[in-house]
Amino acid sequence: MSGGNGYLSPSGQEIVFVLTGLVILGAAVLCVTSRQLVHAALWLVVALGGLAVQYLLLTAEFVAWVQVLIYLGSVVVLLLFGLMLTKAPIGPSPEADGRNRPVALVVSLASAATLVTLVVDAFRTAWIDLETPHGTSDQIGDSLFRVWVLPFEALSVLLLAALVGAIVLSRRRGNAQGNGGS
Amino acid sequence: MNTTTAAVLVPLLPFAAAALILLGGRRAPGFVRPLAVLPTLASAAFAVLVAVRQDGGEPVEAATRLAPTGNDALPIELALHLDGFAVLVAVLVAVVASCVQIYSTGYLRDDPRYPSYAALVSLFTAAMLLVVYTDDLVVLLVGWETMGICSYFLVGHHWETPAARAASIKAFLVTKLGDVPFVIGILALAADAQTFRISDIAAGLTSTLSPTTLDHPTLIALLLLAGVAGKSAQVPLHTWLPDAMAGPTPVSALIHAATMVAAGVYFIARLLPVFASSAAALVVLAAVAALTMLGSALAALAQDDIKRVLAYSTIGQLGFMTGALAVADREAAVFHLLTHGAFKALLFLAAGVLIHTAGTGSLAAMSRMRGLKGRAPDAYWTMTVGLLALAAIPPFSGFFSKEAVIGAAEHAAFDPEHGIPAAAGWIVLTAGLAAALLTAAYAARLWLVAFHDPVAARTEPVPPGHQTGPQLSAVLWLLAVPTVLLGLGYRVLPEWFDDGDLAPTLTTSVLATGAALLGGVVTYAAWRRAYEGDGPVDPAPSLLGPLHGPAEEGFRLDALYAAAFVRPVRAAARLVRFLDATVVETYVRGAAGAPGLLGALTRRAQTGNVQTYLSVMASGALVLAVAAVLAAGD
Amino acid sequence: MHLVYPAVLSALLFSVGVYGVLARRNAILLLMSVELMLAAVSLNLVAFDVWLRDSVHSGQVFTLFLIALSAAEIGIGLAIVLLVYRDRGVSAVDRLTGLREGGGGGGDDQDPIEDDRSVTGTATEAATEAAPKSAPN
Repeated sequence: MSGGNGYLSPSGQEIVFVLTGLVILGAAVLCVTSRQLVHAALWLVVALGGLAVQYLLLTAEFVAWVQVLIYLGSVVVLLLFGLMLTKAPIGPSPEADGRNRPVALVVSLASAATLVTLVVDAFRTAWIDLETPHGTSDQIGDSLFRVWVLPFEALSVLLLAALVGAIVLSRRRGNAQGNGGS
Repeated sequence: MNTTTAAVLVPLLPFAAAALILLGGRRAPGFVRPLAVLPTLASAAFAVLVAVRQDGGEPVEAATRLAPTGNDALPIELALHLDGFAVLVAVLVAVVASCVQIYSTGYLRDDPRYPSYAALVSLFTAAMLLVVYTDDLVVLLVGWETMGICSYFLVGHHWETPAARAASIKAFLVTKLGDVPFVIGILALAADAQTFRISDIAAGLTSTLSPTTLDHPTLIALLLLAGVAGKSAQVPLHTWLPDAMAGPTPVSALIHAATMVAAGVYFIARLLPVFASSAAALVVLAAVAALTMLGSALAALAQDDIKRVLAYSTIGQLGFMTGALAVADREAAVFHLLTHGAFKALLFLAAGVLIHTAGTGSLAAMSRMRGLKGRAPDAYWTMTVGLLALAAIPPFSGFFSKEAVIGAAEHAAFDPEHGIPAAAGWIVLTAGLAAALLTAAYAARLWLVAFHDPVAARTEPVPPGHQTGPQLSAVLWLLAVPTVLLGLGYRVLPEWFDDGDLAPTLTTSVLATGAALLGGVVTYAAWRRAYEGDGPVDPAPSLLGPLHGPAEEGFRLDALYAAAFVRPVRAAARLVRFLDATVVETYVRGAAGAPGLLGALTRRAQTGNVQTYLSVMASGALVLAVAAVLAAGD
Repeated sequence: MHLVYPAVLSALLFSVGVYGVLARRNAILLLMSVELMLAAVSLNLVAFDVWLRDSVHSGQVFTLFLIALSAAEIGIGLAIVLLVYRDRGVSAVDRLTGLREGGGGGGDDQDPIEDDRSVTGTATEAATEAAPKSAPN
């Protein structure tokens, strides 16, 4: 592009990507540190929504819409339902974090440092060509139903199994054991 | 049947009987009595047969190799050596054992442990007969130790009582204390003499043509003497014998009259050349004998229990035998062994009947009973005979054998020519005369206190007891015969022995009999005074004076041993227990505790918390990744 | 656009997800953190697919599959969480320590060190009610 491949001359897409990335990271950090459970779920919405923007920037528009529809539309709603069903308190709950926090912090920082070092070291010179879109609906549909149709069908069976499993698991049992064993 | 076969059968029959009773006595109690009595009787018959065949002639020898020792010149052999001493002592042992077995069928009629008792008595007899007949020191040791363990079991027959338990353990420990040096002595003797055969050793030492000499005769003699002192209850290892009276009375008769205690004397008699080759050993032997005679006689005079009196008298009579051996006269020793075996077995068995009748063994209690002799006439008469023999009143057997001993001592004291130290002779002579006096004194005391009641002044009646069986009286009268007549054997016995002279000499006879009569008269006078007074009818306190207390307690030798050995051993045991409990145990606990602690630490990691596990897993994966990158980067 | 940007973003996002999984107590918050990690992986897949110009769009198709899978995972996960919550009255993962050494069968509530802050009043009541029910399991 106009600025060449250097880090010091970022393109407009890169600037937007970095800004959105900062928002995602911030939302993700808030999601895993927030003391209010519902807020955490909402911060997850922000992070996943930001990720949809990133997909758009990477010209993967079909994935971006699926992200918005499925994640934001269903997954997060499921999570909120779960919070409600487990009688999660509204408002700050100080016990949202366990005693494992220092260890978790060390481990995650170490993994971040390792991964970032490795990734930067490996892909320092890699360049993504965004001139031609790679991931429009027709392209994805084309390969999905031509090349990946068998895994797709298998996935649908898996989803069905998950559905049945979730129903079986969450069905309220009888008194003590009832038909729970079956 | 030749002589050797008969001789082999003599110890074998009681042994087989013991094995059979032990195997089947519990299931077939009806067979126990015949199995106990008949083989012993047969063994006695064979022993008599062997004695008749041998007839004081040349020793019958037979040997078969039993086990190698690693030294071809020094094998262990199952050897027989039947000389006059062996066959006569075997007859004594077998006859007394038969009497004891017959007597026991009546005496222990209602005892639930009679089968094991009968088996042990048979085994005991077999062991003693083995000791008597064998010519091999190691085989002799086998019989010797078998007797030790049998005496342990038999003395502890009434193991319900603490006294019997203590007495059996004491008997075992004290005799074992002597047996340790005894084993060392046997090995040293075999190493010096290059053979285990007793007859070869004796022949080599006495041979006039090519006499062998021992390198360490004194050491060997003293080591062997320790074992003999333990077995034959000589000072200072005699303390087990009075306590061993806790066993049944027939066992006392068997162990303490004819077999076990006689084994030591018999052993020295067989090995007399070894002892005779060391003057020091003979003097020690004489000193031991003198101490034993006098101390035990004094103690016997003060005892209250009739069996303890007899036990101390046994010790004293064994002292006479060792005294005879100290002046190197084994004929007199074995002569006295034979007569003593007869009259002491008689005394013990009669005492058993007496205790059975009176319901107590205490002389003080008997002295208050009216008409005791009427209730047990057989015991009374046979005991009188036995006591007269014990007191060496002519013409009873004890007189002749004791005269033989004192005569030998006198001979050694005044005629010291054949290597026997005159000191030993003098010691034995003086101690023997004094002991003759004391022996007569305590024999008279026993008889007077137990029976004599001329004006019927006794108050208490004899408690109604069980009637004793006829076999008991039969045995008593059977034993009374040799008690009276065996003394005349001085005419024929030398033919069986070493052709010496056992006839009593006038001087010593007069001296010893005078001493005995003096002792009897003095005791009678003291008894008379006590009888006419109001106090207990016991002449001993006035006779002994200040010595009475110590003598009654066996001169407090047990207390001395307790202070010198028992308490230090107990303290050491406590120390060991302390060390074991606190020091050794600490290591053991530490060995268990350290892994336990490590395990507990490891277990701490198993918190059950998934997040902990995940954290550790993630850290591990990261470390692996970093390591892989660093390794790839190089 | 540099590949480093999405790659670094996904790495950081993944690490944040790791932190969440390790640090959060509430099981549903844990599931959210898992979602964050999955999202980071998705971003990676998309970015590399675009970079490589894959003719069959495997990266993006995988991302689609991943989204479907995560939906299934959330469904099953929530069902499990709800079941555990109904049985034990807790949704705090560090109190589900029934597999601990010496912990015994279902005695996850017996940890004496643990204070009761993790469960609200209603949850505690539910726990006491649910405890007998959990015994036959």
